Amino acid sequence: MTRQQILDLYFMDARSKLIDIAAFLDRVDRGEGEPDFRLAEFRKALGELNRGEPVRARSVLLALSDPTTEPIPKAPGKGAVGAWPGSAAH
Amino acid sequence: MVSRVTDDYEAMITAGCRAVCEPAFWAGYDRSGPQGFYDYFCQLTDYEPKRAAKFLLPHFTWLCINPKESEDVKLAEDVIALIPQFLDRPNVLGIGEIGLNKNTRNELKVLEQHIDLAARYDQLILVHTPHLEDKFKGTRLILDAILADKRIKPDRVIIDHVEEHTIQMVLDAGFWAGITLYPESKTTPARAVDMFEVYGGQRVWLNSACDWGRSDPLAVPKTAIEMRRRGHSDETIDRLVFQNPAQFLGQNPRFTVR
Repeated sequence: MTRQQILDLYFMDARSKLIDIAAFLDRVDRGEGEPDFRLAEFRKALGELNRGEPVRARSVLLALSDPTTEPIPKAPGKGAVGAWPGSAAH
Repeated sequence: MVSRVTDDYEAMITAGCRAVCEPAFWAGYDRSGPQGFYDYFCQLTDYEPKRAAKFLLPHFTWLCINPKESEDVKLAEDVIALIPQFLDRPNVLGIGEIGLNKNTRNELKVLEQHIDLAARYDQLILVHTPHLEDKFKGTRLILDAILADKRIKPDRVIIDHVEEHTIQMVLDAGFWAGITLYPESKTTPARAVDMFEVYGGQRVWLNSACDWGRSDPLAVPKTAIEMRRRGHSDETIDRLVFQNPAQFLGQNPRFTVR
């Protein structure tokens, strides 16, 4: 597909999602209290969008991933939260 | 699909789905003991194929104790001991979905026991990779664990739920890669087609996650439409959504859907 065709097919959807992210960040700013680590990790991942190479999806996923390599001693629970809290959380 | 209503089977066959392959997974709560798994395996190998057959949809399944319940090693050992008696059931494809959830030492022990079970009974393997922030690390640990057992041939293993940061390592190691379509925590149809276009269609398949969460049994047919919108040929679409899974699953002679 040409870039023009891709824009024709996906621009409106991407625009909508971009505004959703902007509105989410505004909502968090309007909220009270201290945010947890997820907001900082989210902002860090947003920075990956400025990369000049077409590996942004991979880079965002890696930015939100646990980079360590050893199994942890015990599960803190069953679920995942979408961002890595750091070694101290374990 | 034990977590779905019968209407979903009807919708799948209407949309052109040719078979359903249901892995053993977490029930949304921890079962109280091995007997609960015995009953679950009976459901997957007896009742559920009959329910699907009412809509002319062949039903296949994979057996294991899911990684979300693998933290209790004794329970896992008891459940794994139950599995061989079910492996001769006509709709059983192999061992799955095994893998890791939170990447713990106990989960890894249970994964190794499942790998050993698959090797001893010469079974295909379906692997669940962890969610979200745990996926990258978990995928690396899983690949290392499977590659360490020389009895296992990588082309008889599918590593499921790959995303843009894990698909390359899976394919490079010789495994099949499963792209799971799930609206929130996994992959959308557009991203799945992106991965197909970037990484190619060799040893790659798509699957629709169908559980208690927001999931769509028709996600694969919808992804076929997405491919068509991008101009992919019918032959290319057929290769990805049907021929590839049929090739992998056909390694088990019970899978005769063609």
